[in-house]
Amino acid sequence: MALQQGFADPVHDAQGVFRAALEGLSRPALIRSLPTKVAPPPPLTPELAALALALADADTPLWLDPPLAASEAVAAFLRFHTGAPLVSNPAEAVFAIIADPQNAPDFAAFAQGTPDYPDHSTTLILALGHLESGTGHAFSGPGIKGVARLDAAPVPADWQERLGTNHAGFPLGIDLILTAPGRIAGLPRSTRLLQPAEV
Amino acid sequence: MSPAAALPQTGYNFAYLDEGTKRMIRRAILKAVAVPGYQVPFAAREMPMPYGWGTGGVQVTAAILGASDVLKVIDQGADDTTNAVSIRRFFGRTAGVATTTRTAEATVIQTRHRIPETPLTEGQILVYQVPIPEPLRFLEPRETETRQLHALAEYGLMHVKLYEDIARHGHIATTYAYPVEVAGRYVMDPSPTPKFDNPKMDDCPALQLFGAGREKRIYAVPPHTRVRSLDFEDHPFRVQRFERPCALCGAEDVYLDEVVLDDAGGRMFVCSDTDHCETRRDAIAHGESA
Amino acid sequence: MYVAVKGGEAAIDNAHRLLAQARRGDPAVPELDVAQIREQMGLLVDRVMTEGSLYDPDLAALALKQARGDVVEAVFLVRAYRTTLPRFGAALPVETGAMAVARRISATFKDMPGGQVLGPTFDYTHRLIDFALAAGGDPEPAAEAEPDSDAGQCPRVTDILGAAGLLETSPPEDGAPVGDLTREPVDYPADRALRLQALARGDEGFVLALGYSTQRGYGRTHPFVGEIRFGKVGIEFVPEELGFPVPLGAAALTECQMVNQFHGSGAVPPQFTRGYGLVFGQSERKAMAMALVDRSLRAAELGEAIVSPAQDQEFVLAHCDSLQATGFVEHLKLPHYVDFQAELELVRRLRAEHAALHEKVETPIREAAE
Repeated sequence: MALQQGFADPVHDAQGVFRAALEGLSRPALIRSLPTKVAPPPPLTPELAALALALADADTPLWLDPPLAASEAVAAFLRFHTGAPLVSNPAEAVFAIIADPQNAPDFAAFAQGTPDYPDHSTTLILALGHLESGTGHAFSGPGIKGVARLDAAPVPADWQERLGTNHAGFPLGIDLILTAPGRIAGLPRSTRLLQPAEV
Repeated sequence: MSPAAALPQTGYNFAYLDEGTKRMIRRAILKAVAVPGYQVPFAAREMPMPYGWGTGGVQVTAAILGASDVLKVIDQGADDTTNAVSIRRFFGRTAGVATTTRTAEATVIQTRHRIPETPLTEGQILVYQVPIPEPLRFLEPRETETRQLHALAEYGLMHVKLYEDIARHGHIATTYAYPVEVAGRYVMDPSPTPKFDNPKMDDCPALQLFGAGREKRIYAVPPHTRVRSLDFEDHPFRVQRFERPCALCGAEDVYLDEVVLDDAGGRMFVCSDTDHCETRRDAIAHGESA
Repeated sequence: MYVAVKGGEAAIDNAHRLLAQARRGDPAVPELDVAQIREQMGLLVDRVMTEGSLYDPDLAALALKQARGDVVEAVFLVRAYRTTLPRFGAALPVETGAMAVARRISATFKDMPGGQVLGPTFDYTHRLIDFALAAGGDPEPAAEAEPDSDAGQCPRVTDILGAAGLLETSPPEDGAPVGDLTREPVDYPADRALRLQALARGDEGFVLALGYSTQRGYGRTHPFVGEIRFGKVGIEFVPEELGFPVPLGAAALTECQMVNQFHGSGAVPPQFTRGYGLVFGQSERKAMAMALVDRSLRAAELGEAIVSPAQDQEFVLAHCDSLQATGFVEHLKLPHYVDFQAELELVRRLRAEHAALHEKVETPIREAAE
């Protein structure tokens, strides 16, 4: 079986994807473009694959959600291009790659960090169909000038509750990198979901 | 602006660091941004320049820099101090990126001890070189202890220190590396910038990244984040004010270098930010109002 | 009119040309070549390899040449080069018990299998400057001894003591990966493997002084030199695709095992404990000092009170590296105009306030005097 190609230019492609992720997490709820020519085996999306290739390696265990874990081709692609070990326990993962966000496990299942080391936490990378800023839920926090709105779909039914709980545990918690075709946005644990009355 | 070189120095990877090291640093930067003010441990590499001379800032810059970036490097606010020249040249050689002395033209600014006078803008990244990242270090030298204090957000020690200053001198006697509280949680060392620059960190449109190579820590302040200088109700935070304007460009409300002119007490005060000063002098020479 | 100083780049280039000239010295004197440094300044080369964490005598010799003989600078060059090298994996642990010993001494037993082997040593030289050496010439050859019947059988003294139960045993190999100081930030408390790495890389002078301090009562450990051995050991590596060890060559090492008193605890009967030192090439001073400090740093593990610098791992590990120390000390020569200006302003203000205060107090006295 021939493996699909990774980055055409490993140095500069990885840098570009990283900067998009950095922009995303440092300016939460603001959408950036994430162009990539990586063509991974489905259901791994090009954006998920680009982020995994840019950020993961032998030092970062990956957790794949069931649709991704079910694909031998996806596992082979990620193993070959990142060298990252695949783990079945989400709490052991540095990155969780999620192709079916609606059915993502509860955020509490992932590593939350510890009071001494809040950085020992999982970053979740989600593939969404729809990602739009300026509309949807309102957020505030570091990186946001005033209030920012972000509409993301599909998401779990208890999305708002999950975001609220995750932020309430700050500085512990998980960070979210949201992707849609050609797009990326971040919702780190520092970002607070505003209630309608607060906006 | 010096354009990007067609062929950076070969034999090393783009921006010197190998890709694995860059990935490790990039992951630390993402965590730092997600937990503003928290010092993320990272496996700082041994760089071809001495510890204490900007190895942390250089590693952060190397990890974020892309071919289309425009880099500015300052030390003491100046582009022409020898260590700034040396670091700018290092990236000119190993990354071939365009470099500039103009704050407004730069996408990435690496700094030691100053924040530029020209207000930073959305999309810019300011990378600080940090010698001692731990704001509590001189109150408690043990890492095992300070880590606990941060975990518990127990910053009473810092307030006691500042208050002892007031009791002794009538003022808070910390003039640089003045501690700040970031986003209402972590107390952070802003690096040895004069406290004059502290207000520029608050609600800054640029992303601020801090790299400490010898101490192996990275931390961050995202754009538009609340950065509060620690103080007391009866002793509010105040910055240093200079009595006179810059002797070269006439700027007021800027930080000045004191230049000794002779051995008879002759002194003059000039902008520490050389780009700011030059831009203003150019404007004056072209007849624009300063 | 004052003009700000410019031209940093040209000044730096010229400073480096001057450095190159100073390195070369008087051109009428023949230039040193790297092989001469490697062969004739061998102990210096060994030190650079040890603190540089890279076994490459030629590279260390070249670094010394480039650094004008400055050890810390040479270590810096080697480290900065080392960090760019690709890693293929870790060699198997070296078997020092199978060392081809060039020197082996024990202070605990008069004789033992393999015997005492004096080998090349400064010990018992009278430290009289040999003026004849200035003229050069070949040294007198050493006499070749007939190999003893037990030559090649040179068990470690600690193994002999261990077999009798008098010395603590090493913990069994648990297969857990050994940390790498150069790849991960140190998290305190650091385990012994990381501490030994730090001590091996640590500045010889610093480690020596710390070891010495334990002898003077700052964390005393009652040490005896169980054994010091110097010689070559084989290095083997198991490539993943082959699955069996392949010899890579040999490295010269100095190993020191200190035997230290331990009074035992409720669970453990009194027995000797050990401190361990291992360095590249021949450096007994460093290996011995390392073994003393290693033992002191085990204070917590052995239930001893931590009261002295050599027992304090945060103190030792954070300060033993010569590159970190020299970098931060020497960074003080970088410009600090901005911070100093901030301090100047404060001191001037405090002085003015102080003067004003004393003015008020002194005025009536002055009036009275008038």
